[in-house]
Amino acid sequence: MSLLKVSNLSVSIDSEQGEVRPLAKVSFEVRKGETFVLLGESGCGKSMTTLALMRLLPDGGRITQGSVQLDGEELLALTEAQMQGVRGGKLAMIFQEPGTSLNPVLTVGTQLGEVLRLHRGLSGTAATHEAVQLLDAVGINEPAQRLHDYPFQLSGGMKQRVMIAMALAGQPSLLIADEPTTALDVTIQAQVLKLLAELQRSRGMGMLLITHDLGVVKQVADRVGVMYAGELVEIADRAQFFSAPAHPYSRKLFAALPEGRRDAGRLATIPGSVPPLTTAFKGCRFTERCPARHARCTEVAPAWHAAPSGQQVRCHLYDPAVTAPVAAHSDDSPATTPEVRAPAESDTPLLEVRELRVHFPIRRGLLQRTAGYVKAVDGISFSLRAGRTLALVGESGCGKTTTGKALLNLTQASSGEILFGGQRLDPHRKEGWQAVRSDMQMVFQDPFGSLNPRMRVADIVEEGLLALGLESDKGKRRARAEAIMLQVGLRADMLDRYPHEFSGGQRQRIAIARALAVNPKLIVCDEPTSALDVSVQAQVLNLMRDLQQSLGLAYLFITHNIGVVEYLADDIAVMYQGKIVEYGAAQDVLRRPQHDYTRTLLAAVPRLQSLAAEQQ
Amino acid sequence: MTAYLIRRLLWAIPTLLGVNVLLFALFFIVNTPDDMARVHLGVKRVTPEAVERWKAERGYDKPLFVNDKASGGEKLTDTVFFNKSVRMFALDFGRSDDNRDINYEIATRAGPSLMLAMPAFILGLLAAVSTSLFLVFVRATRLDVLGVVLCVIAMSISGLFYIIGGQYFFAKVLAWVPISGYQSGWDAWRFVILPVAIGVIGSLGGSARWYRSLFLEEINRDYVRTARAKGLSETRVLFVHVLKNGMIPILTGVVVVIPSLFLGSLISESFFGIPGLGSYTIDAIQSQDFAIVRAMVFIGAALYILGLILTDLSYTLVDPRVKLK
Amino acid sequence: MKPVVLISDALFFLLIACSLIGLWYASRKEHLRRAWHSVLADRVAMGALAVLLLFLGIALLDSLHFRRALEPAAGSTNSEVHYAVELDSVLDVLLHDVKEHKEKTYSAPFAHTLFERQTVERPDGTRGREFPRLKYGAAHLKNPETDKTADLVQQALRGVAVAGAVWLALAAFISAGVARSQRKPFLAAVSATLRGCTPLAWDGLLWAAGLLLLVLVPLLLMADSYHVFGTDRTGNDVFFYALKAMRTALFIGTLTSLVTLPLGIAFGIAAGYFGGWVDDAIQYVYTVISSIPYVLLIAASVLLMQAFIETHGAWFDTPAARADARLVALCAIIGLISWTSLARLMRAETLKLREADFVTAAHAFGVKPLRIMSRHILPNAFHIVLITLVLDFSGLVLAEAVLAYVGIGVDPNTISYGIMINGARAELARDPMVWWQIAAAFIFMLSLVLAANLFADAVRDAFDPRGRTALRRRRRVVA
Repeated sequence: MSLLKVSNLSVSIDSEQGEVRPLAKVSFEVRKGETFVLLGESGCGKSMTTLALMRLLPDGGRITQGSVQLDGEELLALTEAQMQGVRGGKLAMIFQEPGTSLNPVLTVGTQLGEVLRLHRGLSGTAATHEAVQLLDAVGINEPAQRLHDYPFQLSGGMKQRVMIAMALAGQPSLLIADEPTTALDVTIQAQVLKLLAELQRSRGMGMLLITHDLGVVKQVADRVGVMYAGELVEIADRAQFFSAPAHPYSRKLFAALPEGRRDAGRLATIPGSVPPLTTAFKGCRFTERCPARHARCTEVAPAWHAAPSGQQVRCHLYDPAVTAPVAAHSDDSPATTPEVRAPAESDTPLLEVRELRVHFPIRRGLLQRTAGYVKAVDGISFSLRAGRTLALVGESGCGKTTTGKALLNLTQASSGEILFGGQRLDPHRKEGWQAVRSDMQMVFQDPFGSLNPRMRVADIVEEGLLALGLESDKGKRRARAEAIMLQVGLRADMLDRYPHEFSGGQRQRIAIARALAVNPKLIVCDEPTSALDVSVQAQVLNLMRDLQQSLGLAYLFITHNIGVVEYLADDIAVMYQGKIVEYGAAQDVLRRPQHDYTRTLLAAVPRLQSLAAEQQ
Repeated sequence: MTAYLIRRLLWAIPTLLGVNVLLFALFFIVNTPDDMARVHLGVKRVTPEAVERWKAERGYDKPLFVNDKASGGEKLTDTVFFNKSVRMFALDFGRSDDNRDINYEIATRAGPSLMLAMPAFILGLLAAVSTSLFLVFVRATRLDVLGVVLCVIAMSISGLFYIIGGQYFFAKVLAWVPISGYQSGWDAWRFVILPVAIGVIGSLGGSARWYRSLFLEEINRDYVRTARAKGLSETRVLFVHVLKNGMIPILTGVVVVIPSLFLGSLISESFFGIPGLGSYTIDAIQSQDFAIVRAMVFIGAALYILGLILTDLSYTLVDPRVKLK
Repeated sequence: MKPVVLISDALFFLLIACSLIGLWYASRKEHLRRAWHSVLADRVAMGALAVLLLFLGIALLDSLHFRRALEPAAGSTNSEVHYAVELDSVLDVLLHDVKEHKEKTYSAPFAHTLFERQTVERPDGTRGREFPRLKYGAAHLKNPETDKTADLVQQALRGVAVAGAVWLALAAFISAGVARSQRKPFLAAVSATLRGCTPLAWDGLLWAAGLLLLVLVPLLLMADSYHVFGTDRTGNDVFFYALKAMRTALFIGTLTSLVTLPLGIAFGIAAGYFGGWVDDAIQYVYTVISSIPYVLLIAASVLLMQAFIETHGAWFDTPAARADARLVALCAIIGLISWTSLARLMRAETLKLREADFVTAAHAFGVKPLRIMSRHILPNAFHIVLITLVLDFSGLVLAEAVLAYVGIGVDPNTISYGIMINGARAELARDPMVWWQIAAAFIFMLSLVLAANLFADAVRDAFDPRGRTALRRRRRVVA
């Protein structure tokens, strides 16, 4: 029984760059009681699909063709007033950012009550009673008290639970969840996903879930639709999809995943980037990046075909009428030659940290006396040898970024010892730091915030050389910058451009080039790939591994992503509430976690294969 | 909260002291009492005796900071700085240069000032908020464009023209209200209604446009999308969700001027002959009565600082997220 | 003839030189070029720009000053040349006739007689009260009662014809430029230009210029033989005064920024970047200054400045120099008082930028604070400076009028809109009313402020498209 039937849905948005077509003839259906997952990287049109279903497109956006049927009722034919009856009623939605999606100045009770009154006609004590029931159902403690709370008084996970309760309040038959856990920590993500699955089962709802995370797909999906550049390219049952992804793009997504690839060498990447949606497409939209493309792909847009494993694919490879290329091609699997890890590891540690503490004072009272401390980093010790990677793993707020900054004295440590190359660095004194500035560098998380938009790439890359007085000759500086650009896989002529002309992945390469310019021995990498799509993440991880091997760099890799850790780390330190709770060789920590928190953390990560299974 | 308040009030003291020192420097050091006397007595052909007499009558003949001739504590208190500046902290403003009691004048003139400033403030706020809400409601239509264009034109016209034009048209041509003057008690409304209306209209363009942009900013936020996804009507989204958030910067932004309403409005009062503090100040400026100007500056600064404190307090009232520590 | 550069002239030229350097710099910086391009692609902004450029031209002409050489006194053998005490500007020369056509007292626009009856001595020796003919206004007509309308229509038509010709020349010139840059045939370029299908909104500029020409050219032509905006109490041509007042308005609006920008930028960034006691000190200073009501602080300072100038009258060799000193001092005072709001905005933006990753990256290289502030913070906060500049301009022009009313504005001998409005108060009370002086001030001020506001809006939209920084026009004066 199909609950939601979307056919040929197309959307167009007027923008300054011309007409953008984020959705082109998207068709799929969600059956009663099933979870259908739309999977895709950023900019593929998956969020736009949900907004089009709700008829909440941004200004300038309109549905150009298609039909959306919910329970047999055509939503696109409804008047706006009728549609308001559907929104929040039969068709409810939750969003990615629980932090901003709730009205900050209305209480939880008021916001829940609005839905109950509008869609259920409840008010007064009946509404309160129902609201309490709902909050209870989404796992919120003391629900009656929480009704009087404002959103800012709740944690991120709690806010998302309230969002879910609000969505459930109208007793929807279909729940749309747009990246509901992306903004949450792994452990919270696991809880919320579990909750959604339970609620869906107990209420018999259909669910349309949007995600970019293959792990989440594996955990919750009944069926999957893969989106690329505004089109659906593959629709499959979960089992089919995970056993044999059919579309070349889907296969690339799997191959680009770092998890479980410790010894597999380089990750597969997808060359190029998603084409802009202002393009007038002629052939297949994936052509330019496809390893299996042939002449027909650029000419004719592919139709839906059945793959051998049963799923629907929009790819010429599966066209029974065309026999030319073999459907099963092999070039998209990762390089199989395991590389030898650089053995140039010396015995003396490059960096040694002893009992490092970073405490921020809390001031209170009339005279703003220090009433206590936020112990962001509370006595951690570790060491790192040249050419090795230490992963500092933990959830948000555990102090891992503060640790990274304290190592470079970008945040002043309160106490502790930092020894770099045997030299003791005192956080309270300026001397000594300038000398190691060229040895220790940092790469940041946000590729958009870490490059000064007002400076040319050349000035960005050369900044360190200039500031540290390493190269005073203008011509030589330029030559060095050009060499480094090539080293990170960019072109020398890009030096004269501004950051905004580059994609996220390219910017992260520029950020790495900036750090490399001064010949560092250690790079602190603060979640350098977490803002990137999987395929781009693979490019950056490959680059980092190459650089480590050729230059003997040591990385302190700060991350929450266990997959990346598996791929890159030699050692792992797990941080929790400012302390290192577990520290050891990567394989030991991942396979035989000792501390409870490590176990919880590892268990919460949605994975394609369990770690235990890999061991066998 | 209490600790916060006390701290803020304590902070006000150095600020006021700064104001006081700045004023003292301007009035007594950059410009000496001798200069003042000469300006008042006419620049040319002033005998030194006349200057001395003028200064003695007004207490400007004492030393600035330390009086060596006095004894004990009076060494410090019997000085210009103490009498003219420090006493202001005790709200003792002394006598004006034409020898009238400034405190008395302030007490009698605050009433008429408030009669004009208070309604103009409240009605102006109401008018601006409702106009901007209307423009937001019809946003991206021709009505909205027209409204914004009118707002820009309205704010490009000097306030003086509103006053002159309004006075000419309603008081002189139509003779609906008296041209100027004031009566206390209930009859005051006849004198106040025109300046109030002009005050409201004169500020409408700028404020309405500013509030409109505040509301529009709110409309693009995530919680508005959530509210729409709940199936709420556009009216409810606007008047409950957006209004409540948009009013926070508006309310907290206007709180700062509330205490200063006592000072009245300079131009209006003098055009309409309302005996408030505004026209008092203007007259003092025009007759170069430095004592009154100093007093009004000090009061104005004190009221502004009070306004800043009230602004912080108002945040805690209208925004549940703000807790003062 | 001896050129004279007043202080304000010098500062104004300095400001224009700075703006030209700024434009040259902007043309080399890609993000600035893009933002300016989107300003100029806006039809309304281009129209406003045309108005502003015209007014700027008038102010410039009125800023080239000189002292006329006097005829040597009869019988004087001394070869030394003496110069007139009065200053002339190029604008005065261009509008020489209008300037010199002084009547006895009030006369209405396009009138041929004075506005009020005067006691005159008739040719036959009797005395009586009548409306005497003007010395210059409509003096070329024998029977103004019958001929004036025809003459006015004829002159107006001639003006329209001239305006049309100038406009066509301008349109052709712009189209030729478009044709060259877009490699189109000339006629296609003309059509594209007029329909607004060019990257920059030349049509906006052309239509605004057309409107201005259509109004101003006939007025200028007629100004020789009529007083198009009447005359004031002492018989001066009001149209001439309204044009002269443009310089004062523009000066107040722009020279002030020579003081506010350096102070606001330096203190704002320093407070935000260094924090700690530097921040406390700067915040203290600007809280003190901004806690004093704006008008009162200006009043206090201006009163003192006035007393100062009065006691040091010997410093200024001409009344014009004295009035000019007062204008410059007024700008300086307003600037010293109003840098605080820019500083506050810059501080807030710096606090944000200080935490940006690219600044942290610069710290990781040990980049010096001064360099971080100039290379990383200022360029990323510069849109605030620019927007504040254009938003403040119109506020300052309006403030001038109010200050002049209160008696703390420019020197009473300076020609300014504030002084004109101030004088109009008494004129409106007369019966019948003398309305043309205030009408002229109203029209010219509204055109200037409206154009400035529209242009400022376009600049703000282009440089801060998402309205990230809460910038708004500050209400400067309590009305």
